[in-house]
Amino acid sequence: MKIKSSFGDKIFNVFNVTLMLIICFLTLYPVWYIIVYSFNEGKDAMLGGIYFWPRKFTLDNYKTVFSNSDITTAFMVTVARTVITTTLHVFFTAMVAYAFLRKELMGRKIYMAMGTITLFFGGGLIPYFLLIKSLGLYNTFWVYVIPGMFNFYNLIIFQAFFRELPIELEESAKIDGANDFVIFTRIILPLSTPVLATIALFVGVYNWNDYFMGVIFINNPKLQPIQTFLYKVIAQVTSNQMLAYAPGGIATRNVTSQSLKMATMVITTLPIVCVYPFLQKYFVKGLLIGAIKG
Amino acid sequence: MESAISANRQHSRQNGFRRFLHKLNEQKYLQAMAIPGVIWMIIFNYIPMYGIIIAFKEYDITLGFNKSPWIGLTNFKEFFSDERFWLIIKNTVGISFFKLLVGFPLPILFAVLLNELASVRFKRAVQTISYLPHFISWVVLGGILMNWLSETGLINIILTKIGILKQPIAFLAEPKYFWGIAVISEVWKELGWNAIIYLAAIAGIDPELYEAATVDGAGRFTKMFKITIPCISGTIAIMFILAVSGLMNSNFDQIFVLRNPLNADASDVIDIYVYRMGIEAFRFSYATAIGLFKSIIALILLLTANGVTKKLTDKSLF
Repeated sequence: MKIKSSFGDKIFNVFNVTLMLIICFLTLYPVWYIIVYSFNEGKDAMLGGIYFWPRKFTLDNYKTVFSNSDITTAFMVTVARTVITTTLHVFFTAMVAYAFLRKELMGRKIYMAMGTITLFFGGGLIPYFLLIKSLGLYNTFWVYVIPGMFNFYNLIIFQAFFRELPIELEESAKIDGANDFVIFTRIILPLSTPVLATIALFVGVYNWNDYFMGVIFINNPKLQPIQTFLYKVIAQVTSNQMLAYAPGGIATRNVTSQSLKMATMVITTLPIVCVYPFLQKYFVKGLLIGAIKG
Repeated sequence: MESAISANRQHSRQNGFRRFLHKLNEQKYLQAMAIPGVIWMIIFNYIPMYGIIIAFKEYDITLGFNKSPWIGLTNFKEFFSDERFWLIIKNTVGISFFKLLVGFPLPILFAVLLNELASVRFKRAVQTISYLPHFISWVVLGGILMNWLSETGLINIILTKIGILKQPIAFLAEPKYFWGIAVISEVWKELGWNAIIYLAAIAGIDPELYEAATVDGAGRFTKMFKITIPCISGTIAIMFILAVSGLMNSNFDQIFVLRNPLNADASDVIDIYVYRMGIEAFRFSYATAIGLFKSIIALILLLTANGVTKKLTDKSLF
């Protein structure tokens, strides 16, 4: 039996699809705009009128950006920070989550209570800032890594996932003489790809996109992440310092501070945008776990 | 196994401390995995919590948290009589309130409408596209906004072309537009992402409910309002508690990027003021007091929202 769709239904469908197409356009267009602008000659782009396609196609903006050692250094810092911190965070938080989950762990209730409190209370910016300074992490690469290794909210997400794993696997491994650490690395971790991917994506995106730590904890330009670099360029009304790096001088290249900003934005955004569609199926699940248990 | 049990019995007769040591030895690997996490929390969560005491002290960097002299509530009194106090409260609550008013219902509506799409492939595509802005940093988005909202930017070109504006406006230089920019840009960025949770909740609804309703002759809108929305009301309630408790947070990352001296009267929110007083002006104790004030209000909001929602919908966080 097929139920005929009524006239009202048809109108609704047309309306709904149109609305969705508009939303997609509004979502994609700002991103498309910076891409187009970044491939257009800067001086030409200043004249306006570039909306959907480059008018005078050029790679000069990118050449200039990549020849700027500050940007390439910042890019490498961001890559290193994201890879190292994300890897350590996922491994360390998962390990603690697994240990906290085991019923026989002495002090388990106290440990969990300590963590739960951190979800609702915190010291705030200034005491945290003073702590980082007194730990000697200020202006070192480790300020990205060590404070970023653990998060109690992610621990809860890990635990929600681990709880679903069959307990017999652990027991048989224990009889075979495996210690808890071996059980964790050889049995639990390999079975947990979906949740590892979810948390890796969350933490990875955070580390890739964060500019604030670079603003308050880093003085040394060689250690600032690319988002902090971009922030400084954007926040300054003029960003001629970028142009100063243009090889061959400004006059011979048609780059402007605006077109350089656009190219930097594209480079900054591209890696993360390439990754997320592949991890989509995981993070939907991860978010759901987090919302139910959180 | 047998011998382990009898060994355990023997130990239970011995004094508690030795039993404790024995147990500790038994689970030394487990504790070695757990304790680094506890130490991390003590250092990075609990020491800053302890550091809040400097809100009641005249913090001296050479003396540290403990030895700096007490000054009681002086910092709080100063904040309450600060000429910018009411302005900051107004901006913090105002921006958050409008983000809640617009940004809370829209993802629900988006999820419900997305669910009504017949083509699975189109639905999947829209969904993936809608997540995209979540992955773009506020710095990049701020860069786009500054470009588009400038006097020669895209928004002014469009608005003057279709005749809404006669003169281009430097939107970010005028306080009266700041709240709107903050609200719209955040909704743009997080609409799809915030809808995930509702989409997942909708996916969990029993299809038989819809089939039964169809047999009973229910139309599309009846099903939407009588089945879909009631079935996800639990999720909506939880998300609402979380949203209300975040009323004192106005998204630091976003406002830090978009603010400038010209729009300061609309963009100075508590978090920004803490940053300005603490990190820029080195008034550590004063800034900590302001931060503590914010935390207390946020906690009250959380408890109130939780209590009210519990009464109204029987759903709550705790």
